Parts: sequence; structure tokens; C-alpha cells
Amino acid sequence: MQTLRRKDILGLEEMSAEEITLILETARSMREIMQRKIKKVPTLRGRSVLNLFYEPSTRTKASFELAQKYMSSDAVSVAGSSSSLVKGETLKDTVRNVEVMGVECVIMRHPVSGSSHYLARSVEASVINAGDGMHEHPTQGLLDMFTIWENKGRLEELKVVIVGDIRHSRVARSNLWGLQKMGAEVMVAGPPTLMPPDLNVFGVKHFTDIEEAVEDADVVMALRLQKERQEGGLFPSMREYAELYGLNAKRLAHAKEDMLIMHPGPINRGIELSSELADGPRSVVMDQVAAGVAVRMALLYLLLGGTKE
Amino acid sequence: MKPILITGGRVIDPSQNFDETADLLIKDGIIEKVEKGIKPPSGAEVIDADGLVVTPGLIDIHVHLRDPGQEYKEDIKSGTRAAAAGGFTAVAAMANTSPVGDDPSMIRYVLDAAAGASARVYPIGALTKGLEGKEMAELGRMKKAGAVAFSDDGKPVSSGTMMRNALQYSSGISAPVIAHEEEPTLAAGGMMHEGSVSSLLGLKGMPAAAEEAMLARDLMIFKITGGRLHIAHVSTAGSVELLRRARAEGLPVTSEVTPHHLLITDRLVKNSGYSTSTKVNPPLRTEQDRQALWEGLLDGTIDAIASDHAPHHTDDKDMEYDFAPFGIAGLETTLPLMLDEVKSGRVKNFTLPMLIEKLSSAPARIFNLPGGTLQAGSPADLTIIDPERTFIINPDTWQSKSRNTPFGGRRLMGAPVYTILGGKITMEEGVPTE
Repeated sequence: MQTLRRKDILGLEEMSAEEITLILETARSMREIMQRKIKKVPTLRGRSVLNLFYEPSTRTKASFELAQKYMSSDAVSVAGSSSSLVKGETLKDTVRNVEVMGVECVIMRHPVSGSSHYLARSVEASVINAGDGMHEHPTQGLLDMFTIWENKGRLEELKVVIVGDIRHSRVARSNLWGLQKMGAEVMVAGPPTLMPPDLNVFGVKHFTDIEEAVEDADVVMALRLQKERQEGGLFPSMREYAELYGLNAKRLAHAKEDMLIMHPGPINRGIELSSELADGPRSVVMDQVAAGVAVRMALLYLLLGGTKE
Repeated sequence: MKPILITGGRVIDPSQNFDETADLLIKDGIIEKVEKGIKPPSGAEVIDADGLVVTPGLIDIHVHLRDPGQEYKEDIKSGTRAAAAGGFTAVAAMANTSPVGDDPSMIRYVLDAAAGASARVYPIGALTKGLEGKEMAELGRMKKAGAVAFSDDGKPVSSGTMMRNALQYSSGISAPVIAHEEEPTLAAGGMMHEGSVSSLLGLKGMPAAAEEAMLARDLMIFKITGGRLHIAHVSTAGSVELLRRARAEGLPVTSEVTPHHLLITDRLVKNSGYSTSTKVNPPLRTEQDRQALWEGLLDGTIDAIASDHAPHHTDDKDMEYDFAPFGIAGLETTLPLMLDEVKSGRVKNFTLPMLIEKLSSAPARIFNLPGGTLQAGSPADLTIIDPERTFIINPDTWQSKSRNTPFGGRRLMGAPVYTILGGKITMEEGVPTE
């Protein structure tokens, strides 16, 4: 089987459509393993992985840890609060120390954009970016694409609308790159203050009218709205945001019947997404979570699998 | 002190509009004469400058020497050695040291520490106490102690009234105020220029408007205060346009630009994979800004080139992008980088005499400094340049304690080969003499 010819997974901007296809196809085989009663294969036995999370995470961390266990790798997880970061040790020193203990792959979440690039060139181990600041969250982008692909049977020529805080969202950036590379048409919607400067660099169209944006859409993805953006003066209140930009059944009344509703979690119910939609028949939010494990198993396999022994 | 005779060089002295092949004689630390066919006096050291260029000692009006307080990054000794290695005979040192240079005793400390150093150091005093922008520092007493200008550089002066009072007050003591133009709330938390590249990288941006809004404010204030206003490190097309209009209206505002803003753009932050060597304030801007800076330099809107030498220890820069400090070290790269621009002809009408003017007579004029000229009777501060010398930027060989540059590995044409300070050779073939 093929492997990825790269040391690190830092973002989807630098990844080709061929590589993405390979990952999604591999994830499909991995999902079969997940559906078995005994969810374990010996593929990565004897291989060591570090999960380094400098930001709190439930979903992504659990997903990576389960993927590692299902693949029989040995994994340790270090959380930001308990790490040497608080003791003033640099990121480079922290990882170099773990590297000499035998770790071959580091999965890192970090609040600073570009920190996975920095780590990747500072150590020999493979680096998988589990979210760097406002930059990218490639495994989330991949699991979102996997979910769409599984539900729609294709990615090309689908119309996908991402709604909310694009400016501060690493999930949005990874999806913008990944989906467009795979031939989907991507649009963004939300208040102008939550759009990145010079948005056209991403090649997407911006809507401020949600109803207009979701017309003919095959997929709509709501992003989590952070309270701190209101405190930063970017919009007046959560209430106003919900009223103008929140996704609810009324707003989607004229949208396609088979439109997929997605959210990377955790959801602010009633703000960016109503419970009615989140728990309704068009929602694939739980599919996304399940896809996360399969995609991460695929990445570990493709990065570590064929390299030694 | 042995007399020095420099023979057969192309002598460029923009202060006198002089550009001819001539000999130059130095006696007792003073320029005795510039003529053709000077006979070497007995015991004179003769420097054969055939094929070389002899210029007034270059002056860098914007450096951070980090002394006192952060001597692990740089100190007055290493910083002036770096200056000599880079072809400079004088530097103006900013006040954002620890403690801040906001008091006459601090000015005297810098001058004492610089006595016998490899370059003259002109201290710049803080404009406000502790660089806090609240109370005016003792500008008059610092001027008496030897400060040549005043600035809170590194930080903007947030209060318009503070800037107004400082400009007005300084007009009474004939000292320029140097403004670091940055509207602090617009630039807050920014890591690089705000634009398409910052969006791609997910780094918080500092919009060009942050610099331009503050510059516009200060120009408006300057109209009603008098005094002398100098704008540090101009970096945007909009700033160049504001300055051009102000000059056209007759406002005596002066300004400087750095080599990094003239040569590289925000694209490098991306292309280098978030290298912290590209993190600098004001940030690297766009190609359009870069072009406008050249236009401003060529048409005289921008008066001088200054390095904004901001040395940092390698450990400080070996960090995640947000955590690394701002700054590029420039004393040992400024002249070779700019000589290469002349040599390559990439910029139309950018000539060697113009470059020398921007690095010698213009800085001397802006800060009313004694150097920047080869006039007979002046202190013998000189730089001798080999415009054909191949020069590769290698921070590991620097005299500075710092290594932070985005230009490492660049292969250039043109380098200083001698620096002479008060008739004494301080650098020969790139190496300081002591």
C-alpha cells in the first residue's frame, strides 16, 4: 500500500488532492476496523507517539488516543497544564527530551499559529498538527471531508457554506483549502468583522445574508462562536449573533432537503446552531466525531506504517 | 598617531557634492586635505584605495545597543564593534534600555561606556519618563549631558497632548523628536503586517493604517508646534504619501527607512515557514509598500537609511512565532545589502553617491551631528568601500552578540574594507582592530 511521502502533517494548504484522496481512502479501511467487535490491529506495535496538548481538548485528544490504541502503538499524552511549559521549558527542549525516549511522532495542539512548523523543523520526529492557533487544524478538515464524502459519495462540485468566525478559525482554514482542492465550491458567511482580512486570497465568496448563502448549498457548517470575540468588540452580543447569523430551522426553510448540517464542536446550542438542527435528521455532527478516529488512524498508518521494519 | 594617506580612491563626499578620484591625508586625527597627487609625509601609513571608494564615516541613526540591562543580547562594546565591522563610525542609540535612558545620568553612562569604543555613540534620550508616555523626561538636562535627540522608540506616544507638548518644548532646546508611529489599539497583539499573508498564516495583523493614522496625527500636531520631527522606520506606501504631502506643504519633517523594509516583504514570513527572523516592528509590508518606499527614498521624501539594529539572543528568537521578540539586527548587513542594490541596478537611479548621502550627510544633518563630511579640518571619520567585493552574510562571523537576520546566506556584491575613526583604523578587511 502507498504511504505519504512527507515527514509531517502541518496543514491542508500544502497538501495535494492525491494525498487527501489517499488519506480518505485509507480512512475508509480504518473505519471497518472500528466497526469490528475487537477494535485492534497490530500495525503500529512497538511504535511510540506523543500527544502534546497546550490547549484544552476533549474530542481531538480522545480521538487521537483511541486511534493510537486501535493501531497498537504506545502513546503518552501530556497536557499543557501539567507540562514543563509552566516550568519555563521551551517547546523544543520538551520535545527533544521525549524524542530521545523513543517517540517517533508528535501530535501537537498549540495556541500559537505556526508552532507546528517550528516544531517540525526543530525535531526529527514526525509532527501532526492537531490545531495551531488560528492557522490550521488539518485532521479536522480531513474528517469533515470524510464525513461529506461518505454521506454524499463525492466532494467535487458540492456547494459548501461555512458560517461564523472564519477569521479566528483554524477549522475553517483547513476546510477552505481541503474542500477546494477536492473540487468543492466553498462559501463563507458571517459578520464582516469575523472575516479574515483580504479574504479573496482563499478564493471564496463572502455572504452576510445567511439565507442567500445557504440557497442550493449541499453542506452547511457552523463554527463555534467564542465569547471572547464579543469582548474584543467584534460583534455586540451573543443574542444579536444568534438572531442575524445563527442556523435554525426557520432560516434553512428554503434550503435543500438533503443538505448536511455540520459543526466541529463543541456546540453553543441556540447560538450558532439550534438544537433542532444539531439533533435533527440532516445533522452529521456525530458522523464527524466517528470519522475523526478513522482519519487519525489513517494518518498514523500512512506516516509511520511503511517506514520501518 | 601616524598620519594616514589614502591614495587613488574614488572620493565621494555628498556634503560637498564631491565625487572624484583623489588622495586624502589624515593628520592628528583630522582630515588635512583631499587633493590629487598628495606626497606621503614621512612615517605615514599609506592605504592604496585604487578601485575603492572613500566616503565620510557612515552614521546609523537608529540602533539598539541593549546596554544597560540586556547585555546578553548586545553591549556598547560589541555593538560598536559591529558598527565598525559594518562600515559605521557612529551610531545613535535608543533609550529603551533597562533602566530606561530617561535621565542625564543614563546619558552619561552611555557616553562613558562608549569612550574608546570602536564607534562614536550618540545617545538618544527617552521622550517620556520610563517610556510610559505620561510625564516628559528631562530633555534639557539630558541634552546638556550629550543626548542628540529624544524618542520613546519601541513604543508610540499614545497621547496627542504629550506629543504636542514634547514637540513644542523640544523646540526650545533645539533637539529633534523621533516618532515611532503606531496607533496602539489598531496594532494591539499584532505579529506581522495585516493582509492576505497574515490571513493565510492565521497570525494577528498590524494594519498599515496603524502606522499611517499615528503619522497623520503627528503631522497635524507638528503644524502647530514647531520644533523638529523625525519619523523612524517608515514602512508603508500611505506613510510615504503623507510625508510627501507634508514636505510639499513645507513642513520640515524628516524620516528614515530600514534596509529590511526596502528589500523584503510579508511573503517571507510565509515562505520561511514562520521563521522568527522575519518578526519585526514595524512589520515587513507588501510589495506595493516596498516599491513606494524606494520611490520615497529616490525622490527625497525619505532622508536617510537606518538599520534599526535590534539584536536578540538566539534563544530569544528560537521560539514559537508569537513568543519571539520583534527585531532584526542590521549593523553588519545594512551597507553590503544596500551596496548590492546599487551594484545590481535593480533600482533605477539608485546611485552610490545617493546611498552614501543617505548614510552620512543626511543623518548628520537630521541630528545636527559633527560628522558626515570629508571637509578639511573635520574629525577623520571615514569608510572605505570595495564595491566589487563578494560578500556573503554569515551571522556566525558577526561582531554583534546577536544572530537575528532574515538575510543569512545572501550573496552580495560590495562591502566595507576599512573603517577609520578619528584617524584610527577601527576595522580592516571586515575585522575590528581591537
